[in-house]
Amino acid sequence: MINVAAPADARTGKRPPGIRPPATTRPGAPRPRARRLRPLWFCAPFLALFAAMYVAPIVYAAVSSLFTVHRSGLGLTAPSKVFDPLGNYARALHDGAFTGALGRVALFGVVQVPLMLCLALALALLIDAKSARGKGFFRLAGFLPYAIPGVSAALVWSFMYSSQSSPINRLLAPLGVSVPFFDGHLVLWSVANIVTWSWVGYNMIIIYSALQAIPAEVLEAARMDGASALRVAWSIKVPAIRGALVLTAVFSIIGSAQLFNEPTVLRPVSGGAISSSFTPLMSAQSAVAAGNYPYAAAQSVVLAVLVGVVSFVFLKLTGRGGKA
Amino acid sequence: MSAPAWRTSPARSPRGTGPVSRTVTTALLGLSAVYFLFPLWWLLVSATKPFGEQFSGSGLWFGGFGLFGNIARLTSQDGGIFWRWMANSVLYCGVGALLGTAFSALAGYALAKFDFPGRGAVFGVVLAAVLVPKVLFTLPLYLMFSGVHLINNPLAVLLPSVVSPFGVYLSRVFAAQTIPDEVLEAGRIDGAGEFRIFRAIGVRMMLPALVTIFLFQFVEVWNNYLLPAMVLGDDRLQPVTVGLVGWNASHVAVPPPLVVIGSLVSVVPLVIAFLALQRFWRAGLTAGAVK
Repeated sequence: MINVAAPADARTGKRPPGIRPPATTRPGAPRPRARRLRPLWFCAPFLALFAAMYVAPIVYAAVSSLFTVHRSGLGLTAPSKVFDPLGNYARALHDGAFTGALGRVALFGVVQVPLMLCLALALALLIDAKSARGKGFFRLAGFLPYAIPGVSAALVWSFMYSSQSSPINRLLAPLGVSVPFFDGHLVLWSVANIVTWSWVGYNMIIIYSALQAIPAEVLEAARMDGASALRVAWSIKVPAIRGALVLTAVFSIIGSAQLFNEPTVLRPVSGGAISSSFTPLMSAQSAVAAGNYPYAAAQSVVLAVLVGVVSFVFLKLTGRGGKA
Repeated sequence: MSAPAWRTSPARSPRGTGPVSRTVTTALLGLSAVYFLFPLWWLLVSATKPFGEQFSGSGLWFGGFGLFGNIARLTSQDGGIFWRWMANSVLYCGVGALLGTAFSALAGYALAKFDFPGRGAVFGVVLAAVLVPKVLFTLPLYLMFSGVHLINNPLAVLLPSVVSPFGVYLSRVFAAQTIPDEVLEAGRIDGAGEFRIFRAIGVRMMLPALVTIFLFQFVEVWNNYLLPAMVLGDDRLQPVTVGLVGWNASHVAVPPPLVVIGSLVSVVPLVIAFLALQRFWRAGLTAGAVK
């Protein structure tokens, strides 16, 4: 539709080549409004699809979350929708499964994000250290998990965790240790391990790129002053890459909030440790499965608002309100 | 692989590279490599074992060779649906990434090279959208698509895949850096239309960035599980990620070894793409992080 017509429009209405006087293209020369708006056609395909695939669904969800579904007792008549702007939100806040999922993901974020970023930072500093050998290999090894789709990573790890065949537990068997990966208390951290495995390398590469941008003279000067490698890393390198650390932290916080793939893949083999509303997104999806779309929409809106608030507060606290 | 210019640093003094610190550094890095590679190694080893022995033994070393037999079994399961899933994945990712790259290039080029009313607003929207995760839009998208009866239609996966705010951002940054205004001005004086100038000059100069955008888009669509899982109920339309999770969840009907083998086969194209295009994605990540 628009996307096809748009680029062509930039050409139509143009005088034949050669006839147009060059003077009209001189910078600063007054141009008719239509000509000035023409570049907007270049953006039209993107903007049209953006409006349809980003803005419209959010508006649709926000509006539909204002209605509650009422079913007749016997389910013989079609369920009716009643305008009740706060009904679904009140229900969500009193829904133990949903608030439990929010709490679980918050705990996950508070523990997993700092742990993963510390690991990523440590690896980046090690690879950046002068004493490191085989930098290319280690960088690639760390990044390889990122190339594995999240779902495939979760599938592979589900075999690592499997109570019958876990190769990790086989390795630990001589020590008399066996890790119950699907234990009710441990299962959240089994999920955290998969997420960490997938994303450490990605964050490591971003942090490493930032480390590479530190001027060599600064590091050299510190060494001349007799600072040890650890001291240089802690007092010069880490402060210098603050921006990259904040950026990776924000992306990781957002990532935690959308936790879905890993627990969903582990669920059938978890022996009940992972419930159908383990994370907020899973909870919303089970509302969809139950046919209650407005309630699912309300849960999505609550989650989106919470993610926005947490990211915003984090950016404010770290003193980088603008773009990182 | 050759070291790009930004990695080389001036020669530093050899201090701090004593045998002790070198050993500690290498040991720690080695440990990390074991963590990262262990599951992938297990996957490779298990998938090559004869069928049915996937979960026996320590899983750390090869035992017998049955890779080809395993792939044959994978192919015959459920009437060859695995390859249909692979084809679906390639189709969704290829078309989504191609159109997404084209639209991103157009918009990014216009944002970098033209001054027009609303330019600041458009770029602000793009930046805000880069920070918002796509997954949060999935449920609302599903609700909207079911409102307009697009469920079980490949368009429901393709249309959202085509929108890439990060692609627009990256092509804007790249176009601003690499395309000199004088070249475009020369084209205009020669009487070429703006779209023709974009095609002939813009696209050519932005090519490295466009490859990066294509790769990232491709991987992003390939990784997206929730959206296709929700909007495509018909298993003949599903991508390979959704199909394999379905097999895994039905572990009575489909033997688990097939999930192991399918996982390996589905991961190989992406790993090869990443290794082959290292230069591009690394530059792309750097552009996103440092600038």
